[in-house]
Amino acid sequence: MRKIINRQRRRSFGLIALFFVGWEVACLVSGMSDLILPRPSQVFTTMFQRMPILWPHILQTLMTTMIGFALGVALGVVLGAVIGVSRTAYETAYPLLIGFSSIPKVAVVPIFVLWFGSGTVPAVLTALSICFFPIVVNIATGLATTEPELEDVLKALGASKLDILWNVGLPRTMPFFFASLKVAVTYAFVGTVLSETVASNRGIGNVMMTASSNFNVPMVFAGLFILAGMGIALYVVFSLIESRVTGWANRKNDFAAA
Amino acid sequence: MQFGMTIIAAMAPPAVLPAKDLTDPHAGRPVPAVELSRVSVTFGQASDSVAALAETNLRIHEGEFLALVGPSGCGKSTILRLVGGLIQPTEGVVILGGREVAARALRIGMAFQNPTMLPWLTIEQNIMLPLKIVEPFRSQFRKEKRGAFRDKAHDLLAQVGLKGFAGKFPWQLSGGMLQRANLCRALIHEPRMLMLDEPFGALDQFTREELWAIMQKMWLAHKPTVLLVTHDLREAAFLGTRICVMSARPGRIVDDAPVPFARPRTIAMTFEPDFVALNQRLRSLIVEARSGATVSEESL
Ligand SMILES: Nc1ncnc2c1ncn2[C@@H]1O[C@H](COP(=O)(O)OP(=O)(O)OP(=O)(O)O)[C@@H](O)[C@H]1O
Ligand SMILES: [Mg+2]
Repeated sequence: MRKIINRQRRRSFGLIALFFVGWEVACLVSGMSDLILPRPSQVFTTMFQRMPILWPHILQTLMTTMIGFALGVALGVVLGAVIGVSRTAYETAYPLLIGFSSIPKVAVVPIFVLWFGSGTVPAVLTALSICFFPIVVNIATGLATTEPELEDVLKALGASKLDILWNVGLPRTMPFFFASLKVAVTYAFVGTVLSETVASNRGIGNVMMTASSNFNVPMVFAGLFILAGMGIALYVVFSLIESRVTGWANRKNDFAAA
Repeated sequence: MQFGMTIIAAMAPPAVLPAKDLTDPHAGRPVPAVELSRVSVTFGQASDSVAALAETNLRIHEGEFLALVGPSGCGKSTILRLVGGLIQPTEGVVILGGREVAARALRIGMAFQNPTMLPWLTIEQNIMLPLKIVEPFRSQFRKEKRGAFRDKAHDLLAQVGLKGFAGKFPWQLSGGMLQRANLCRALIHEPRMLMLDEPFGALDQFTREELWAIMQKMWLAHKPTVLLVTHDLREAAFLGTRICVMSARPGRIVDDAPVPFARPRTIAMTFEPDFVALNQRLRSLIVEARSGATVSEESL
């Protein structure tokens, strides 16, 4: 079992490496200008050479994203819980939320800048406003899908709504919640970078903006790679937390396969 | 109904300890543990409303094991949910231990056909769930009693033949095993009243018979008041001290008779002539109730 997984993992790493090699070779063979598409080797070289300059920006983007994400999670959990528990809240808030989530966030950044000036604050808010939606939806769905029979058993024991929420609703929602965290954290990056590109003098978004106006294309790509790397890293972190905390939701399959 | 209509008198003195102190000083006759008087339940709004129960009267006495049978959809589960305080009657009153059912803590143990174990808890934790909700266990749960509670859970599991499965998760157990655990969960807080809605419905014949015996043993040991809804007439006659037969929807009790067989009853007894005769009588009553329903539906 373990062996198969390892072999599979090795194969997929191999394929990813092959992708970059292919890219490198294609650029060399076709003589592509690095003003249009730099080779991966150029991108990585730029990234490592300019790391001292890039590092504070990486930290800035990471910090902004994490703050926005944390706030988004808090807001998403509260809203999702309210919507999942109360029918009235569901019917009022859902249309509003769907309306809000359909607004392209590029259109919102100028408003945040207008209110709070450029810099970190609008970036945090943009990250928040993009990432809280999947959390709301997942928490609300999780809470709404409790088994009526179990609820009856507990109510007959004299359980309050809060008892049921605490003992059944919340634990049942955890798999939904953690699944949404993985998605939300990548969304939060998108929000941060979006705002940094438009209105900030710090962060990876700003670095890429500046680099592209100087036609420093390898630097633009270095920014992209860094963002992708951070996104993958956080996704992996939350996947690991998910499988630890809510393993019960997937155990059945493991059991059958073992 | 052999008890007449002295229901309102039973409502008057609110007993302090409803479960134990069951003598009504005014009437000089035991207050029934459960009393439904002229209860009607209608689901839905005017145009597409369904009358599940119409003017149903039912008394269950302390320590009685009442089996409720009747055609499908006649309102058996509705009666159970009324007694459990999960729904309110549209008309009439439901009285428990001399007090009207309202939104209050009842300490009723319930088990349905579907075991509904929580997948993130072990069997032991699942079974202990009522103790986290019902007083006085609830306030003792975090304190020294936890170990004692666990012993109790293990003891119950052993009684239903699930020794050694306490630490397993629900997905590691078969359907029959889960149903055994479900019974344990309904019993752990020592309820004075048990509401069972076809708890053995989805099991094979042999497991079912084994669980009847276990159920009988537990009832003989603690004498809780039990209301068992079932489709299995042998089950009703094996377990019940009394069997009520309901008519088709809107349900009312059309037959109410004690089960005379001595306890503890054995599976072998279920094949004896008296037992078979009782089963046949019940069967014909239900067939009659069902045919009544078909006619009335055709005439619509
Ligand atoms: N929540 C509900 N909303 C609307 N109608 C309901 C509801 N619950 C029950 N009913 C209706 O009330 C009637 C009685 O239902 P009930 O569940 O009590 O039947 P039952 O005797 O338990 O049937 P079965 O033996 O099939 O379980 C049925 O006709 C059903 O359609
Ligand atoms: Mg039913």
